[in-house]
Amino acid sequence: MTRAVELTLPDGLVAVVKRDCPTCQLVVPVLEELARSEALTVYTQDDPAFPEGLDPVDDTSLATSFALDLDTVPTVLRVEKGKEVGRIVGWSREEWQEFTGRAGLGAGLPPHRPGCGSKTQDPDLVAARTAAEGAARLRSRRVELGTHEDEVEAMFERGWSDGLPLVPPTPERVAHMLTGTTREPDEIVAVVPPDLVECNVEKVAINAVMAGCRPEYLPVVLAAVKAACTDEFNIHGVLATTMPVGPVVIVNGPITRAIGMNSGGNALGQGNRANATIGRALQLVIRNVGGGRPGEVDRAAHGNPGKYTFCFSEDEQGSPWEPLHVSRGFAPEQSTVTVFAGEGPRVVVDQLSREADSLARTYAACLRTVAHPKTVIAIDAALVIGPEHSRVFREAGWTKARLHEELGALLQIPGSDLVRGAGGITEGMPEGFADSVLPKFRDGGLLIVHAGGGAGLFSEIIGGWAAGELGSEPVTREVRT
Amino acid sequence: MTETGKILLDPTAERTAATRERTSRPASLDGKTVGLLDISKARGDVFLDRVQEHLEQRGVKVERFKKPTFTKVAPIDLRHEISQKCDVVIEALAD
Repeated sequence: MTRAVELTLPDGLVAVVKRDCPTCQLVVPVLEELARSEALTVYTQDDPAFPEGLDPVDDTSLATSFALDLDTVPTVLRVEKGKEVGRIVGWSREEWQEFTGRAGLGAGLPPHRPGCGSKTQDPDLVAARTAAEGAARLRSRRVELGTHEDEVEAMFERGWSDGLPLVPPTPERVAHMLTGTTREPDEIVAVVPPDLVECNVEKVAINAVMAGCRPEYLPVVLAAVKAACTDEFNIHGVLATTMPVGPVVIVNGPITRAIGMNSGGNALGQGNRANATIGRALQLVIRNVGGGRPGEVDRAAHGNPGKYTFCFSEDEQGSPWEPLHVSRGFAPEQSTVTVFAGEGPRVVVDQLSREADSLARTYAACLRTVAHPKTVIAIDAALVIGPEHSRVFREAGWTKARLHEELGALLQIPGSDLVRGAGGITEGMPEGFADSVLPKFRDGGLLIVHAGGGAGLFSEIIGGWAAGELGSEPVTREVRT
Repeated sequence: MTETGKILLDPTAERTAATRERTSRPASLDGKTVGLLDISKARGDVFLDRVQEHLEQRGVKVERFKKPTFTKVAPIDLRHEISQKCDVVIEALAD
């Protein structure tokens, strides 16, 4: 704890106590004895009336206790000319006698009793105090609500919400959120489209509070904002498109375990606070800082439920392969966020394939239909492989590269199947492509990730959007505290 | 439910929406140059070809422009070129 205020203490002896401490109660007769012969000032942390008869100073605000940086009560200080010159804690007759220079103190008491924790050590109070101190340095506009204004309704009315209730971003909560990072509140994180606004750490923290994040998630949110607001990812286009895509946030590395993200059962679903609120915080930054709102720059014809939040971590420990971030050039011990412009996930059911080749054919058949069975090269996809499926590849000794290679071969499609009119479907490629063979995905247009529960012979496909330079490139950024 | 005078921090960019005056429409296209901007959406060219036909029948000068991709905002040089060459712009927005 930092000492928030410089104190001038009354000369003589100063004792700090609380009623809730049996040792403090035990030493009351000793304090009374000392008060009869010299100046003694008693500060009380919990009950302003305790101890009776010693005219205690109310320190229930703990201002003095924090300033004294107390660990233990009772604490007794010797003060000369307003400055502390010595201190003892707890009760020890020998120590107290030596400290006060008085013999025969507390004759009826046991010789020794340890003290109790000072109220300043209460973790909730410490957090609240840190928050109060931090709140003072925040620079965002203060929005004062009316006396009769309901705070949750007020946030809806101001257009801050994605449609679900928000946690009110009070200065204290935002300051507490900022304890999750070592960065200064005014450090610029990114320039956020569509309004191209410089966004600092404080604004991200405000939106993270509203989303329901804990402070330890903030570094992940910051990395997600950085990744989404790059030219390559093109969040402006992801917003403006009539297609149903949004940023899908895939988190890798040690931080996923440290903050309790879910990569197992229901990884893509509800119920895990980190998964749910990190993805939501990113969307709120884009909405509130960038100004990207549905019906305005967001022109999605349908959208998808993942636009509230779509964030999960990779099951790295259960995977037969190197994790996504390692495939993308990072070290295993680094933590990263990868953003992918994706629609809602859909299941690949294959409960019979026990051979890698057969399961790869299932994947190819399902991946073929992303966007449209005749769409080639233009749209990316992510394949989220569940543990019961990955086991098939593990047992067959297939590497991730091998699976990519086999899928690439299976997804070479004859132009005659792709052209307009083929299969009685008007949609398709121009007639000139009839004699060519085209790949379903461009190079690097298929991401493979490992996640899901231990039971269920399923995987998931997340369809993408306009691929690469013409639209969006998946982007990975390191999570830094 | 209500907390008196509760203070919240503004999560937005704190920018009042920038309102810009629209350029008034010309009374006629006589002597004006009309820019036709193709945003690279499928069949946008079909629509603009037809618009060009109509304009040229009326003796209006037409300049054609094309964005590299519909997914991104027009490059600044293209926007500058349009602003230098044209009095009026027609943009084909969707498929």
